[in-house]
Amino acid sequence: MLGDYSLTDLSSIFVMQGFAGLILFSVYTLMALGLAIIFGQMGVINMAHGEFMILGAYMTYLCSGFFQTYLPALFPAYFFVAMALAFLASGALGMLVEWALIRHLYKRPLDTLLATWGLSLILQQAYRTIFGPREVGVELPAWLIGSVQVTDTIEIPINGMFVMGVTTLITVGVALLMYRSRFGAQVRAVVQNRPMAGAVGIDTEKVDRLTFGLGCGIAGIAGSAFTMVGSTGPTSGQLYIVDTFLIVVFGGAASLLGTIASAFSISQTQSTLEFFLSGSTAKVITLLAVVGILMLRPQGLFTLKVRR
Amino acid sequence: MAEDKGNGLQSALRRRLLMGLAGVPAIALMPRMSFAAGPATATVNTTGLAVTDTEVTVGILHSATGTMAISETGSIQAEKLAISQINEAGGVLGRKIKVIQEDGASDWPTFAEKAKKLLVNDHCAAVMGCWTSASRKAALPVFEQYNGLLYYPTFYEGLEQSKNVIYTGQEATQQILESLNWVAKEKGAKTFFFIGSDYIWPRTSNKIARKHIENVLKTKVVGEEYFPLGHTQFNSVINKLKLTKPDVIFTDVVGGSNVAFYKQLKAAGIDLSKQTLLTISVTEDEIDGIGGDNIAGAYSCMKYFQSLKNANNEKFVAAFHKMWGEKTVIGDVTQAAYLGPFLWKMAVEKAGSFDVDKVAAASAGIEFKEAPEGYVKIHPNHHLWSKTRVAKALPSGQFEVVYESPELIEPNPFPKGYQ
Repeated sequence: MLGDYSLTDLSSIFVMQGFAGLILFSVYTLMALGLAIIFGQMGVINMAHGEFMILGAYMTYLCSGFFQTYLPALFPAYFFVAMALAFLASGALGMLVEWALIRHLYKRPLDTLLATWGLSLILQQAYRTIFGPREVGVELPAWLIGSVQVTDTIEIPINGMFVMGVTTLITVGVALLMYRSRFGAQVRAVVQNRPMAGAVGIDTEKVDRLTFGLGCGIAGIAGSAFTMVGSTGPTSGQLYIVDTFLIVVFGGAASLLGTIASAFSISQTQSTLEFFLSGSTAKVITLLAVVGILMLRPQGLFTLKVRR
Repeated sequence: MAEDKGNGLQSALRRRLLMGLAGVPAIALMPRMSFAAGPATATVNTTGLAVTDTEVTVGILHSATGTMAISETGSIQAEKLAISQINEAGGVLGRKIKVIQEDGASDWPTFAEKAKKLLVNDHCAAVMGCWTSASRKAALPVFEQYNGLLYYPTFYEGLEQSKNVIYTGQEATQQILESLNWVAKEKGAKTFFFIGSDYIWPRTSNKIARKHIENVLKTKVVGEEYFPLGHTQFNSVINKLKLTKPDVIFTDVVGGSNVAFYKQLKAAGIDLSKQTLLTISVTEDEIDGIGGDNIAGAYSCMKYFQSLKNANNEKFVAAFHKMWGEKTVIGDVTQAAYLGPFLWKMAVEKAGSFDVDKVAAASAGIEFKEAPEGYVKIHPNHHLWSKTRVAKALPSGQFEVVYESPELIEPNPFPKGYQ
């Protein structure tokens, strides 16, 4: 298929394709970060992760409407406010859910699967009742629309670069929080050995609640960012949940680095194959590769070496 | 938005209730006989349907919950509007329509189960329902086994015909062929790139489109791509579009993927005012979620658009907005769903009976002159003769019709040479 095109055409397509892969990588990383904390660190199988993302998306929708009506002068900057609100709303809901539901299930991790799946159905129907069954359109400020013309033939979408920026910031933030702060040390202590962590004076319940809230909050930010590239409706969260779990499981459940490595390999495979084959075939091959590798390495790409 | 709709519904209901109450004193004045204005029940109902001297029961079977609620809500609203209008005008054979609504819950086996309930327990004389082909395929054996009558509103891939179903939407050839002719003539299109969701409707539709492009128009399909339902990342295929530079992008992507596709197309700098894009899957309903700005300039082929200028449609849009709120948009399928109850009423009156066999037999040749889309007629194959229209999406989320087939197009669910 490549024979008929000129060298400049081809090279610019390869550059744009490289960026397409990087954008997919940041989308996957952003999707998976929240779950990597909740599933990876806490072992809670959170099937409602997509719904926490969509809560963030709906906050963005509300915010865009609010700014358009009451503060049109500040509209260009509303997206930052929206992301902060999305983090707070999803995080708050996450802490509430942890208190009401999840904390009773820490000893029965498989049951969290059912409980959170039920929660996801409840949330979907709640969104449907509150915001209506139809998808809502989120108005973007002008500076986020369109693409940057690098050369005559190379164009890079601005919102893609914005997602890349957000992902980088949040990944660095989470890494610092988990591995360089006191809170992170407490989280890791609780994950590795709950009774011992309690014995040395860590308030394990509080750490659990904050960790769960943090994971959900990051999901909210992801949802907010995805209003630029995806759909916002009561069931849109379902579009992300399978890929998200795939990335976290493939990366090795308890490792942030693993999540990033897995997002990178899956997104690159997917986007390269999509270019040379068709979309569905690309997905099939990617999934087959993941299954094959997980059969050889059931623990995922990266694992923590801890004594169980 | 949801609250608006809720209030609109309540106040509309309240108004109708009040009007109804105002009529109560008048009942006493009427002679007893007026209730039995229609023909005797024993003669119009020989098969044990739920028909009394004053009432006939009709079912509505759509998804009010689950993924498909986004699409099917409009159909439910249209059918309820049509039924309330028929009742206000005196009902069917002197009997008011009573509605039993069941929820298919976006789950295909549930559709079959609820269809059985509507036919076997409730003895519905007709059912307005189903939306996706999958739900229709699940419910069809039930309608055939228990001899029910289904009015199906969605445009679909064709390759089906049943005595027990009246298809009020277009089958694939009615939607596709005229619009491809139009784009070839109007835009001088020589190369086409297909992008679709990966299931039966886009694949069948694209097969028909490809045959037409290659055999009739003698032009070329330069790419054909399918994505799993719910796919949200289209950057790779957009790069392929940039590389192959097709004259026309022809799309049948559905659901949440649709929204993602147009947003990313716009972000990647593909300007739909310069690049021709023809879609058979975007109506006013979808634009609500996509955002008018993201899709402005694209061409959609349907048989109905909310902006159609004719007296029937203006009346329909006004009545719809009065019942369901000013902000509600009306898409192609919503209009097709509105036709169902009227077509059934006319067939019943022509047959002089509610019996399903007689109504099905009387359906061929039924004409509906007041349809919002304009005159339609039922073909002996139980599909509708209807026009094809091409319209350009505007930033406001509405469409501007740019082409209308001069004649009604014959439905042809089993097109020869296209399979």
